[in-house]
Amino acid sequence: MRFFEYEAREIVKRAGIPVTDYGFTRSADEAREIAERIAGPTVIKSQVLSGGRMKAGGVQFADTADEAKAHAETVLKLEINGHMPRGILVDPKADLKQEYYLGVVWDGVRKKPVMLFSDMGGIDIEEVAEQHPDHVGRMHFSSRTEPLDYLAKECIAQTGVTGRALQRITPILSRLAKLFLERDMTLAEINPLGELKDGSFVALDAHMDMENEARPRQKALLKDLEIGDEETREAREATEFEIAGEEVDGMDHRGVAGNVTEFDGNLGLVIGAGGGSLTLFDAVRKFGGEPANYCEIGGNPSVAKACGLAKLVLQKPGVDKIAVMMSIVSNTRVDIVARGVIKACLELGYDPAEKIAIFRIPGAWEDEGYKILDKYGVEYCDRSVSMHQAAKRAVDKIGAAA
Amino acid sequence: MTVAENLFIDVKVDDSIKNDPAITTKLVDACPVDIFAAGESGSLEIVTKNLDECVLCNLCVDAAPAGTVEVVKLYE
Repeated sequence: MRFFEYEAREIVKRAGIPVTDYGFTRSADEAREIAERIAGPTVIKSQVLSGGRMKAGGVQFADTADEAKAHAETVLKLEINGHMPRGILVDPKADLKQEYYLGVVWDGVRKKPVMLFSDMGGIDIEEVAEQHPDHVGRMHFSSRTEPLDYLAKECIAQTGVTGRALQRITPILSRLAKLFLERDMTLAEINPLGELKDGSFVALDAHMDMENEARPRQKALLKDLEIGDEETREAREATEFEIAGEEVDGMDHRGVAGNVTEFDGNLGLVIGAGGGSLTLFDAVRKFGGEPANYCEIGGNPSVAKACGLAKLVLQKPGVDKIAVMMSIVSNTRVDIVARGVIKACLELGYDPAEKIAIFRIPGAWEDEGYKILDKYGVEYCDRSVSMHQAAKRAVDKIGAAA
Repeated sequence: MTVAENLFIDVKVDDSIKNDPAITTKLVDACPVDIFAAGESGSLEIVTKNLDECVLCNLCVDAAPAGTVEVVKLYE
């Protein structure tokens, strides 16, 4: 889940990282009061969960409190990429000497968090990494122990930053890494960290993304930030197809058959088991397939739920066939899923042998499942065929049919 | 297209137990997926829409007198 900038700044502040004397408000009058308190030039920043604020006019500069109020009135009414602002942040305009980038993200390949640092802050880190790779430092660290200062220092030093700046930024990056772990973030970013002309360092903007599943663990923080359970903070609104998927999963208490995400392809997926969904989705794409959806099935759903999910996917416009694939299952029964997907085909008037491109679910009660698949002529494979091989078969089949 | 409510499983019950409230109660309690229900005056009813949810646990077979309940796999 994503945080607004004003929330991200509060999280950063609580981690002991210096921030400016900013104020958040939903009213132009209050914006004026904050600007008066700041007693100097200010920046009025729209609080939306969307990029491109500057380009859209969501960031304005003011020299006086009256000007701040006028800008606040405009920015509060300004829609950016389909989002109305939650409010505005009134920030002192920083007297900058230098801008830096500090970030912590999860490296899926190394399976470790990684600190990132650049002495070219204020612009997209991706752009810096591409055009000035020598200006980006990286340092992996363990998620099982507290991040150590020397790792942060080495990360910063990779870019050639030395002396006082190195000494001052090191604890800030180290605290950001600690925050990343303690708050279950998937991204913790300060961009820019400003070095002011008076020699101090302050976070001028922050971006935080938290693992959705961590919401119960971070209940106290979310309560403090006044974020209710109803605020999903998803990147986009759920589609009708995705909402229907949730309804299928809510049919009864047994297992999972949902968590559907919509895509544009022609191969419907009924996939799952212990990370199998992601692996299989990637495998389909690797072999040139175009998934119509992502979903998760597992924990032994009822036949009705498996059937409901398969029907939903089969009825999605553009879907030619479905691939029913899972990793090796221990707590989901092969025969139950087989019954569900075959039932879905028959109830929609399809021949299961035609519509199911491949059924690859090895594991509990597979012999019973294979008897059912045999009866309906559905192509299936056991654990001697890898998930990747099964995905390839499905992609080949749909390619041959097209 | 109309297809049968139960495509994979059927349950056959001997007439001799269909009107025995005590056995009906046992079967209703035993089945984890609610295939059995008690009708008026305790008679035994089969809930057809739940038949395909049968997990082949055989608890119903064990709960009833020997040979009076049979679970049939329609795909064999």
